[in-house]
Amino acid sequence: MSGFSTQELLAIFAMQGFAGVSFFSVLLLMALGLAIIYGQMRVINMAHGEFMVIGAYATYLCSITLGALPGMTDYYLFFAIPIAFGSAFLVGYVVEIALIRHLYHRPLDTLLATWGLALIMQQGFRSAFGAREVSVLVPDWLRGSYRPTMMIDIPLNGIAILVLTLLVTLGVWWFLYRSRWGLRVRCTTANRDMSGAVGINTKRVDRVTFALGCGIAGIAGAAFTTISSTGPTSGSLYIVDTFLVVVFGGAGSLVGTIASAFSIAQAQSLMEFFLGSSMAKVLTLLTVIGILLLRPEGLVASKVRR
Amino acid sequence: MTTTHTTLSHLRRFLLTGIVALPIALSISSHALSAPPTEEVNTTGLAVTDDTVQVGILHSLTGTMAISETGSVEAEQLAIEQINAQGGVLGRQIEPIIEDGASDWPTFADRTRKLLTQDNVPAIFGAWTSASRKAMLPVLERENGLLYYPTFYEGLEESPNVIYTGQEATQQILAGINWAWNEQGARTFYLIGSDYIWPRTSMKIARIHIEEVLGGEVLGEDYAPLGHTSFGSNINRIRLRKPDVIFAAVVGGSNVAWFRQLNAAGINADNQTLLTISVTEDEVLGIGGENVEGFYSSMKYFQSLDNENNAAFVEAFKERWGEDSVIGDVSQAAYLGPWLWKAGVEKAGSFDVDAVSAAMADIELTTAPEGYVQVHPNRHLWSKTRIGRWNEDGQATVVWESDLVEPNPFPEGYQ
Repeated sequence: MSGFSTQELLAIFAMQGFAGVSFFSVLLLMALGLAIIYGQMRVINMAHGEFMVIGAYATYLCSITLGALPGMTDYYLFFAIPIAFGSAFLVGYVVEIALIRHLYHRPLDTLLATWGLALIMQQGFRSAFGAREVSVLVPDWLRGSYRPTMMIDIPLNGIAILVLTLLVTLGVWWFLYRSRWGLRVRCTTANRDMSGAVGINTKRVDRVTFALGCGIAGIAGAAFTTISSTGPTSGSLYIVDTFLVVVFGGAGSLVGTIASAFSIAQAQSLMEFFLGSSMAKVLTLLTVIGILLLRPEGLVASKVRR
Repeated sequence: MTTTHTTLSHLRRFLLTGIVALPIALSISSHALSAPPTEEVNTTGLAVTDDTVQVGILHSLTGTMAISETGSVEAEQLAIEQINAQGGVLGRQIEPIIEDGASDWPTFADRTRKLLTQDNVPAIFGAWTSASRKAMLPVLERENGLLYYPTFYEGLEESPNVIYTGQEATQQILAGINWAWNEQGARTFYLIGSDYIWPRTSMKIARIHIEEVLGGEVLGEDYAPLGHTSFGSNINRIRLRKPDVIFAAVVGGSNVAWFRQLNAAGINADNQTLLTISVTEDEVLGIGGENVEGFYSSMKYFQSLDNENNAAFVEAFKERWGEDSVIGDVSQAAYLGPWLWKAGVEKAGSFDVDAVSAAMADIELTTAPEGYVQVHPNRHLWSKTRIGRWNEDGQATVVWESDLVEPNPFPEGYQ
């Protein structure tokens, strides 16, 4: 690294720091929905990626309808994100009633059933939207970069996703730890029978929790479709990273998920910078496996129903 | 899933048979008279009758590769329909049997076996990824089939059972890098690609050419896992090295993320030259023209090529598959397949695989949309390499064109 001025190295350092933060927000946004579902309900939802794709396609539909209206191109995303949440929430709600609630005591069967669901949804997307990938209109204010100095470029879409992730995380925290609903969810997680006995409608809690997790996946999908493109099988690209974050963080803990997303993102983007992406991925996975061997419960262990 | 696919492909086959049946019925009388007798042109029990010949089309119609392979299927069907309208091959109308490889390499092998042993087709137009071609190869060689393979690929292969209608690595890469060296004055390069066989082999060739043949410098070589969407760190590495040219072979969904993030990081055609070997008109649809504007692709074909053959081809393609359809390099190469096979059959005077295969060498095609092509004895095509600069509308302006480049799948000194 010789032949560079201090200023240049500082600039690269700053941008590299932001690359890590940006990757962190992407991982966290992906993992939040799954953290709720897996953490609170112990349901392994293999179709999580497909719920993201629902959000992405909802955004795409908004992009070609709302976004095409004069003067709306810059603002349609503000409508698209709630719509993405709503559609994924609704599908999640129906899936819980039709499928998931019959399988709560059979975790391996949920794995298989949701995997099958993922395949069905992929084929559904293909029939509805075609096999080609689609991409949404990216408004001008999301393109380009913010330049605090001549040498530093901070991508605007990275900043936008960071802000969105912070908002969603705050929302989830408020919902789980500050609202009546969250209290019921946590009660049910801690002890289902007792919760039922004190008058909590645990079935309804399950339904809403699952649908909420799916809805958040929808928001993540809406955000990612502005980074990459969306195809019927895009969901399967995200599922591995998502599970990695949730399992590494320790199921059932919001703090754990955040800590896990942060450490994985920083470690990986730092190693990427020095070693290249493929090697970084290998080393990240090895480190995660190593740590999970020592701490099988993940970074932050919490009491969850078995 | 499998049952659905089979039912669908049966349905598709039925419909297609229906489409071609009508012109056949009308033309039987005239062609039956001029066509050579079946026992002369088909001595190996192929699916050839007095007035029809069945061929296979084998691409991924479903699964992750369907995005890329759809254009090839459309181009091959168009070529077959055009050949039929001109009277077919040796007086026989071509009936395509369309099979789905489902983006799954063992399925490609399985469908190949079906096409060769049950349907007895004399030719298959298909495969897209190297992985699917490699899966089909042992079946093709054992059952003695003939495959027309359309994708630009890494080379290092030459089978008597395959005709490679796309470019092999050296044709695409060496001409591209020479252009950057001579026309852009580039002396330092940064190589980045997705992490699998084609980019790895391509970059190896590129590095040797830059360092040992031209005497330039490779400042870095970077591979991203397939499906990678966070290119922040890679972009910072590039920024630190300040290469004259970024030489890229990123594929799939990653490609979209790569170009969008490059743009978001303030790297664009105004301050950086970028040459890619993995972006055609099909990819630009997903990436968005505004994100690749001013960057360069090294390909043998662009939809905007200005010649009579191409004008007619583009018009026919749009008329058949819709005004919005775009045509990429591979679709054009796929379109050449049926035409080359027709020329081979007519030269051999037979549908027999060995005869056609032997006749393929030195066949010329003057009607190709890309211009003139010729089959080399190594079963690849002589073709020109072009450099296109991308515009915001998703089309490229050709800024440079090579002479005909000899295909060299086993380049000495580059392995």
